[in-house]
Amino acid sequence: MPRLSDTMEEGAISTWRKHPGDTVAIGDVLVEIETDKAVMEYEAYQAGILSKILVDEGQVAQIGAAIALFDDGTGGGASAGPGGGTGIAEGTVPAEPDNSKKPSGEDNGAAHAAEGGGAGLAATGAANGTAQAAGTRRIASPLVRKLARENHLDLSDVQGTGPGGRIIRADLTGLLPSTPAPAPAQAPAPATPGAALPASTGSTTGAPAVAPAAGPAVSPSGTTIDPGDVRSSRPVPLSQVRRVIARRLSASAREIPHFYVTAEADAEELMKLRADLNARLTAADRHKISVNDLLIRAVALALRRHPEVNASYVSDESTTMLVHDRVNIGVAVAADSGLIVPVIRDADTKTVTQLGAEARELVGLAGERKLTPAQTSGGTFTISNLGMFGVADFTAIINPPEAAILAVGATTREPTVVGDEIVPRYRLRYTLSSDHRVIDGALAAQFLKTLTSLIESPWLIVA
Amino acid sequence: MASQARQRRNPAAGKSEAAAAQDAVAPSGTVPAAVPEPGADEPAVPESPASTVSATTAPAPRVSEDQLRQYYKDMLLVRRFEERAARAYTEALIGGYCHLNLGEEAAVVGLMAALRPTDYLFTNYREHGYALQRGIDPKKVMAELYGRVDGVSKGWGGSMHMFDVTHRLLGGYGIVGGQLPLATGAALAIDYRGEDDIVMCTMGDGTAAIGAFHESLNIAALWHLPVVFVVINNHLGMGTTVEHSAAEPHLYKRGAAYRMDAAVVDGFDPEAVHVAATTAAEVARSGRPYLLEVVTERLKGHSVVDPAKYRTAQENERLKANDPVATYGARLMADGVLDELDIEALEKEIAEVVADAAAFAASSPSPSVETLFDYTYASPVPNDSRRLPGQPLFGESS
Amino acid sequence: MTIMTYRQALHDTLRNEMLRDDSVFLMGEEIGVFEGSYKITAGLLSEFGPKRVRDTPIAEEGFTGAAVGAAMLGLRPVVEIMTINFSLLALDQIVNHAAKIYGMFGGQAKVPLVIRTPGGGGQQLGATHSQNIELYYAFVPGMKVVAPSTPADAKALLLAAIRDDDPVLFLENLALYNTKGDVPDADIPAEIGRAAVTRPGRDLTLIGYSRMAHVAAEVAAQLATTEGIDIEVIDLRSLRPLDRETIVESVRKTHAAVVLEDDWLTYGIGAEIAASISDGAFDYLDAPVRRVAMAEVPMPYAKPLETAALPSRYDVITAIRQTLAAVGYRTSSQASTVSGASTVGASQ
Repeated sequence: MPRLSDTMEEGAISTWRKHPGDTVAIGDVLVEIETDKAVMEYEAYQAGILSKILVDEGQVAQIGAAIALFDDGTGGGASAGPGGGTGIAEGTVPAEPDNSKKPSGEDNGAAHAAEGGGAGLAATGAANGTAQAAGTRRIASPLVRKLARENHLDLSDVQGTGPGGRIIRADLTGLLPSTPAPAPAQAPAPATPGAALPASTGSTTGAPAVAPAAGPAVSPSGTTIDPGDVRSSRPVPLSQVRRVIARRLSASAREIPHFYVTAEADAEELMKLRADLNARLTAADRHKISVNDLLIRAVALALRRHPEVNASYVSDESTTMLVHDRVNIGVAVAADSGLIVPVIRDADTKTVTQLGAEARELVGLAGERKLTPAQTSGGTFTISNLGMFGVADFTAIINPPEAAILAVGATTREPTVVGDEIVPRYRLRYTLSSDHRVIDGALAAQFLKTLTSLIESPWLIVA
Repeated sequence: MASQARQRRNPAAGKSEAAAAQDAVAPSGTVPAAVPEPGADEPAVPESPASTVSATTAPAPRVSEDQLRQYYKDMLLVRRFEERAARAYTEALIGGYCHLNLGEEAAVVGLMAALRPTDYLFTNYREHGYALQRGIDPKKVMAELYGRVDGVSKGWGGSMHMFDVTHRLLGGYGIVGGQLPLATGAALAIDYRGEDDIVMCTMGDGTAAIGAFHESLNIAALWHLPVVFVVINNHLGMGTTVEHSAAEPHLYKRGAAYRMDAAVVDGFDPEAVHVAATTAAEVARSGRPYLLEVVTERLKGHSVVDPAKYRTAQENERLKANDPVATYGARLMADGVLDELDIEALEKEIAEVVADAAAFAASSPSPSVETLFDYTYASPVPNDSRRLPGQPLFGESS
Repeated sequence: MTIMTYRQALHDTLRNEMLRDDSVFLMGEEIGVFEGSYKITAGLLSEFGPKRVRDTPIAEEGFTGAAVGAAMLGLRPVVEIMTINFSLLALDQIVNHAAKIYGMFGGQAKVPLVIRTPGGGGQQLGATHSQNIELYYAFVPGMKVVAPSTPADAKALLLAAIRDDDPVLFLENLALYNTKGDVPDADIPAEIGRAAVTRPGRDLTLIGYSRMAHVAAEVAAQLATTEGIDIEVIDLRSLRPLDRETIVESVRKTHAAVVLEDDWLTYGIGAEIAASISDGAFDYLDAPVRRVAMAEVPMPYAKPLETAALPSRYDVITAIRQTLAAVGYRTSSQASTVSGASTVGASQ
């Protein structure tokens, strides 16, 4: 399973484009893989014959796990998995060897590919030295194995403190979702001695099937459904994207000390400018621009003016933070599968129309789930605009590893004080969420002041 | 069952009725050399006033000719049925063990003739003849041998475990001596309820050695239970002779150890056996158990698969010559009770009955696997184990 | 409700059933004139007479088999075998006849028989008088085997056994006869085949029957008080059928189990329970199932040897602690306050 994005931890096979027995040339598309961001085509780096599929469509595998066996003519099937380190798309986060995701045999959360992983990976694993000795078994209690399976935990990193180094449930604290399974809703409790009448459930002499259904119903993804649930809940599968959002934004909300500053701009001039520009653009047979396109450039310019906002906190152990020279603005898109943030690189160097065109293209690709890793990585700041839904203002969660995110509301006509009069004018509100570890209130406020002045003098945006 | 108060005979009151009616029957034909001459050198005097050990010497009173013909017909039925069973076994229609009453027909017929329909019979595994003589339909007996649902025990018992509530055949037991305590207990129940039925409990000579024999006779005598213990002495366990297994090979004498009335009778004469058994039944019905030894011979091996190599050719000749069915038939013909035409007609009739039984058995279905767990418990109970070997303990079951 | 001894509960139940149903009668050695070697049947001979309370000769096979035969004719005998050790003499009549007759004859004859017999060692009675072989009967299809641990259960299970149409081995225990407890006044039979959770808990499942269910309850109460350990106690009450559902449901909740038994370890009652737990609660086990059982020796006479061979409260607590340690459980107080004195039985 190749690592196709910097945040990807596992992938689901979407469609096999080659099948066992097919001849494969270098560059042929072998398989489509669903990552946390998009469905990606994965091309073969070797020529040969696809001999066996190990992970079927719809199944999930960890990065590094073998997903197919490939006969490259050297005898002894090599893995068509990535083995890690080879063939990762350029330009993404440096492809460190997959040490964090050692193919550790059956302890992977997804056991599907693991079995073939031992042998298949040996061939390619030698290339990067991450192949574990085939057959090394982590000792873990059955309970631990089940919990690992259900929560897709890799036990290879877990330290076992039970007898003989056995991994016990106590060793999983912190690795599991915080909501425990509800207590099993059971048939009436058996009689206690001395009770007047035993609670007879009227069971017959038929088979005493203590099926797993006797406990809480457990779906493969680990959802527990309490039979006594008054909400009439039904399980709906979570997409890869959703699950990654859940994980990453939970971490963000948990770990980054957010604070929020809201500012407001008079958008009358901005709207006039837009109308004026669009008239001329249309006349020139060029595409119109949107308010958001103007905002993207405005934000880009503001970031140039206040580079410390265009930054990243590294870690508590680090003595440095990162300030980015390039302004890569992520544009939050509400796709069917969930929130996706394609990134417009070097937004400060592009014209509004260029930004508009790129934004349109990225949004379109996002809808089709065809974004490449390059298109969804490398952001330094994110804009989220819910104005089209009539939202007045809102706060957003920072998209790590960035340090800030701007949440933009709707442009609305509101009563405004001009001089001594109240006149209807366009107004626009936006809230900056900042990582207090690198951005202070004053900086945030200054940034917003700059942005406001740009919006209120919009010719400066296009200039 | 009719409930009658029964006059309990006072054991100390002197000789019983049985002592007065000597059931003395001369063995017909030549006496097999292996059987000690009854009464030859043993005192017939009871050791205590309460028990009688009688020997058989005088000829029996004759009964009606119809009854005689019935004896013969019944013996013939048992003989032909058992022969048919042997054949079915070789055809693999009957499995497991198959022990036959060949050579014992006179004993079987005589004993069963002495029982009322409401009396109970416990026997061992050599029981087909007894089942027939209790009046159970030969079709059902053969079907049980074939292991079919229409069998006497619904196919669950086979040759050794036949049971019929209506005809009061209470088994059919494969454990040597296992039926004795049961029979004693059944007699206990009859006594408990004050009823006047009796229990007859037949067994082989080898059974006289097992602990349950002693315990059962002791309890029956101690508690004055209405049970007749019948030892069918055919002189052989499987291949072990009585002399090699019994310190006291005159088995009827063991009754004296319990102050129990006892007798020995020639098992080749159905009339004599009938009379002896009737006497025994009357004693039992009066509240005192009885031990009756019936001396017979097995015509063939212990079971259908026993070639009886422990017998010499000479002995086999002798056995054939003394075949009770043949000799009794000859005797009746000599006495003018039967002629050849009668016998021919009987053979034909019996042949049809037996053929029908075999056909019925062959066409009866085997019990369905769904019924495998139906007879574990009479009272339903939760958590009953109803798992087939391939089924997991948890998860999908049944 | 009335507080009474286990012995009294048995006595009263026998008496009441005999009053209620004429077909119920008693058989056994020394149950009449001697009033029972453990005085369970005291007074019953003089009340009911020798027809219904029968002293038997020393002939376990004979009188047990006679009881089977009487049951086949519809009576409801309750046989007392003086100790379970002596049941071996009647093994053939119990296993080959009582348990088989209903099935062997296609359901034509029921055997509504009860065999009452105590197990238990610990009184320096020696090897042949100190065994616990209920396993032999719990093994056999067609038998039912129940083991009450309290006076209330003694009554309820004896009622059920007498009224049941199948042969029931009713396992008593020498050490339990003098224990006291609340007993309901009404005659309500228990349901054979059901275990009871006598103390709900979360940290560990402790399973026992007969004397060991009693010990389990005491140990759980003690550990709750001294160390705040929350043990769920299961009293099996029925060895055949075995209530696997209750056991597995509990272990799925607690993730750890310790089984207590007075019989020997290898192939003992606990072996089946451990196997069932492994089968039905495999994914819920955080530690192996432990069994605490008697040492596998013929029971010696000398007191220190006998004491060493018998499973004690200390052994039980040790097994519990080790299992909890294996799952990484941290108690509030790590001091091991082990009470050596047992209120039940002679095992120290």
